[in-house]
Amino acid sequence: MTIAEETPTAAPASRDAANWAKPVDRLSAEGVNGATVDSVTGKRATGPLQGFGQLWQKTLRVPLEGSSMSPQEVIAVWKQQFATFWPNTGRFYAPLAGILPGEVALLDVAPMPGAPIKMSTGIVVLYADDESFTFMTPEGHALSAWITFSAYRDGDVTVAQVQALERTSDPLDELTHMLGANRMVTAFWRETLTNVGRAMGATDPAVVVEVVCIDKRRQWRHAGNIRNSATLRTMRHTLTAPARWITRRG
Amino acid sequence: MNATSVALDRSGPVATMRIAGDVTSSSEAELMAAYGQAIDGGARAIILDFRGLEYMNSGGIGLLVTLLVRAQRGGIRLLASGLSEHYREILALTRLDEAIEIHSDEGAAVAAVEV
Repeated sequence: MTIAEETPTAAPASRDAANWAKPVDRLSAEGVNGATVDSVTGKRATGPLQGFGQLWQKTLRVPLEGSSMSPQEVIAVWKQQFATFWPNTGRFYAPLAGILPGEVALLDVAPMPGAPIKMSTGIVVLYADDESFTFMTPEGHALSAWITFSAYRDGDVTVAQVQALERTSDPLDELTHMLGANRMVTAFWRETLTNVGRAMGATDPAVVVEVVCIDKRRQWRHAGNIRNSATLRTMRHTLTAPARWITRRG
Repeated sequence: MNATSVALDRSGPVATMRIAGDVTSSSEAELMAAYGQAIDGGARAIILDFRGLEYMNSGGIGLLVTLLVRAQRGGIRLLASGLSEHYREILALTRLDEAIEIHSDEGAAVAAVEV
C-alpha cells in the first residue's frame, strides 16, 4: 500500500472558492457604520427567483475611452470607492471590511421618483474577484436582484459594466416599478456608470443601455413577500411620524 | 480560464447537458445552443451534469437563472447532478436549489424524472 492510498485526500478547493460568500441562514449588518436604520439584520438574501414581478435584465456599459486603466485596476478602485460613485439620490453605507464576499452594506434609496422619503435597505456581497463583484438583495428590498459590476477589455479599451437581473419583490413594488421606479433604477445605474467613467479618466463617458424583459410573468406565489416590504414599512413610518412627534412632546 | 464545453445526450424525453470547464457569462452561446438542441429534440426534462465543472463565477450563475426561466416558460423540468459540495453550497446560497432539483448523480436524476 502506498502512502497516497493510506491517506485520504480532500477534494481540491475550486478556483472560485474564495470569491463566493459563505451560505448563512440570516444576514447580519454588524460592522456597518453611518446608517440610522438596520433593516437587513435577521433577513434572508433573495434573488430573481424569489421575487414577484417581471424579470428584467439591464446591462449598462461605458467604454473608458482615454483611460489607461486595466479592468483589474478599475474594479479595485470601484470596490474601494463604491459609495462615492452613487448618485446623490441614494446613500451607500459600506461594510468596514470593504466589498468582500459575505459582507453586508446598508443603503437609503428613493422608493420611487420624486419620493420625499428614503427607503432603508441593504445588500450582501455575493461574489467578488479581481474583475467583478455581485450584490444580492435582502428580503424587504424593493427588488429581488443580483447586480454585477464588472470591467473587461474590448480591443484597446477597458469597459465598465453594470448588469442587473431583477424582479420587484412584491405587488406594491411592482406597482411603483410600473409608475416610474423601473426607469428610475435604470437612470440611477446610468448616472453611477457616468461617475465611474469620469473617475477612471474617461474623456467623455457615454453609457450604453440594454434593457430586456426576460420573463413577463408575475410570480403570484411570491406575492406574500409584501410582509417584509421596506417600501411599505417606510410609508407606514412616514404616515405615523406626526403621531410620534405628538407623543414625544407629551 | 478554461473554455466551456457542453455535450448533449438525449434519451427520449430526457436530455443531459454535460457541462465541463469554466462557466462564466462568456458561456452563454454554448449553454443556450445545447439547451436549444435539447428542446428541438423533444426533451421535456433536462439534467445539467456538473461533474466536469471547474470554475463558476456570478456571471455563470446568472446564466443558470436565464436557463431556468426559459425552462419554466416552456414547461421543461430542470435537474442538476454531479455537483461538488462547493457548488451545492453556491446553489443554496443563491437559492437556485429552490427551483432546480438537485440529485447526487445522473442515475438518481433520471430515476426522479421517470417516477
